[in-house]
Amino acid sequence: MFTPKRAILAASLLLATTAGVSLAETPHLGKPIDETAIANWDISILPDGTGLPKGSGTPAQGAPIFAEKCAACHGDYGKGGGAAAALVDDRQINGISASNKTIKNFWPYATTIFDFVRRAMPFQMPHSLTDDEVYALTAYILAENKLIGANDVMNAETLPKVKMPNRDNFIIRFPDRI
Amino acid sequence: MARSKFTSQNRDMRAQALEAVAGGGLIDRRALLGRGMVFASAMSAGVGPAAAAAEPLTDDPWSLEIGEAMSTYQVPSKFEAKVKRTLSNPNNEPRNSHARTPHHLLEGTTTPNGLHFTINHGGVPNIDPDKHRLVIHGLVKQPLEFTLETLSRYPLTSRVSFLECGGNSAPLFSPEPMQETVQALHGLVSCAEWTGVKLSTLLEETGIDAKAKWLIAEGADSPHLSRSVPVKKALDDAMIALYQNGERLMPGNGYPMRLLLPGYEGNMNVKFLRRIKLVEQPQLSMYEARTYSQILPSGKAYRFYFLQEVKSFITYPSHGMALKGPGLYEISGLAYSGTGRIEKVMVSADGGQSWSQAALQEPVLSKAFTRFRMPWRWNGGPATLQSRAWDEAGNVQPTRSEFVAARGELTKPPPILGFANQHYNSITSWGVGSGGEVKHVYA
Repeated sequence: MFTPKRAILAASLLLATTAGVSLAETPHLGKPIDETAIANWDISILPDGTGLPKGSGTPAQGAPIFAEKCAACHGDYGKGGGAAAALVDDRQINGISASNKTIKNFWPYATTIFDFVRRAMPFQMPHSLTDDEVYALTAYILAENKLIGANDVMNAETLPKVKMPNRDNFIIRFPDRI
Repeated sequence: MARSKFTSQNRDMRAQALEAVAGGGLIDRRALLGRGMVFASAMSAGVGPAAAAAEPLTDDPWSLEIGEAMSTYQVPSKFEAKVKRTLSNPNNEPRNSHARTPHHLLEGTTTPNGLHFTINHGGVPNIDPDKHRLVIHGLVKQPLEFTLETLSRYPLTSRVSFLECGGNSAPLFSPEPMQETVQALHGLVSCAEWTGVKLSTLLEETGIDAKAKWLIAEGADSPHLSRSVPVKKALDDAMIALYQNGERLMPGNGYPMRLLLPGYEGNMNVKFLRRIKLVEQPQLSMYEARTYSQILPSGKAYRFYFLQEVKSFITYPSHGMALKGPGLYEISGLAYSGTGRIEKVMVSADGGQSWSQAALQEPVLSKAFTRFRMPWRWNGGPATLQSRAWDEAGNVQPTRSEFVAARGELTKPPPILGFANQHYNSITSWGVGSGGEVKHVYA
């Protein structure tokens, strides 16, 4: 848990920048809060599945939700033509243009789909979908892209295991900054 | 030092003192020290206004009547109405919105708050500061909740920092120079004085678990925008910014509080900041896994670029302007680096065949706009103006050919508002035609 070493590092940084101010003199005005009180805000999903909620969904369950809440911008079956990007697309990376990026050829983790849909979609009603709906939509998008089978169930266990084709194709730009 | 005090004899002497230091009419930057003399001498070259018989000066109407009442919050003169940001999505359609800074109409190094660039991914939220909360949790000893009021009682620090969108200058990935102003090409970078609480101070109070290597920063805007940031940066110079150029943050810039990561990609400087979660691994949110990963010519892609690298561009003269005849001009531009201070800026007027060192306006601050200036006598012929910056870490702004060799270019010109790729920091060239017109060129 809390390590003295890190504390010393932070303390020395603090002393270096605010000369003469000791640790004891920071205001300590933060109100302690426990993780259960934060739960509604804590929507972070990590690539290994950490943070994925209970619930599940299938492509078949996602299809009608997509038609109702997503197709207006992303096109029928997610194939584009609306105001927002296509979500189902077989194009290949060809050249350096970001317009080549698709979920299938670029996104390294399927967890990112769940994370983004839950926090930001639908555009005019963000964070309004149930977790089951988000799982179902994620399953639908993955299945339409033939990244999972038509009957596969997406949940906290299966979603992180979806192998995205481009996963190992990234280079950390400045490793020493991490 | 009024120009009229110079005799014609003085002017001739001054003119001889202004020696060219590089091709195309660049003049020693030390000439800037006696600016009045420089411009007086320009007149000696026969290009200044003749002291012809003019109509007698009279009072204008505003000198003969009482002016208007003052306003509680003043705005620029109505005659400055053209000095404004350009909007990519003025009707707030359901997509991203960008507002670009008009660098060609500004001077100095501070971007006025109303003209600071802004990008929002779901409109500008209307946040009640009394209800806003910042929570720090995850791999900490004690999760804590802060309000704007409590944060305002912490030790505040101020620093000047540029902020640049990772996609700024994206039109320069075009295989042909796009005929656009410096605002359209480079308008997604600005510079302000930010005041707030050092993030390390707050993390000292929460404590940090040794396993924590990253933090996830998240906004209270509609996309709940979130980015992963190394703890290393958080403990270095990260700030929870509360003020922008002395006043509360502009709504579009993150009111009431934002993360400030000096020198790092704009999108990581999460606005409307409401949550920081310390974690072991990055989340690979949509913005880092997809949007801010850059495709390379090899087909692989960069991830976690973070740094806004050393860069400069000339703001005067620049595309769309017209020089009004041969004579002395002052080239002016901006340089900055996410790595530290600007060490020097070289300027060329002949497309890079010869270079001369520009004067840097003091103070030269780390990770901040640095204004450079260079006297230049335009002889009326074609000229190609360029600037190239070095930072204190020894990084140098790449030439276009160097940059394209490493990062590639597009096969056709992209939409001007698009972001085909990111982190373009190569040299910008402005071509001056014999009629004085200034256009964007590659050189």
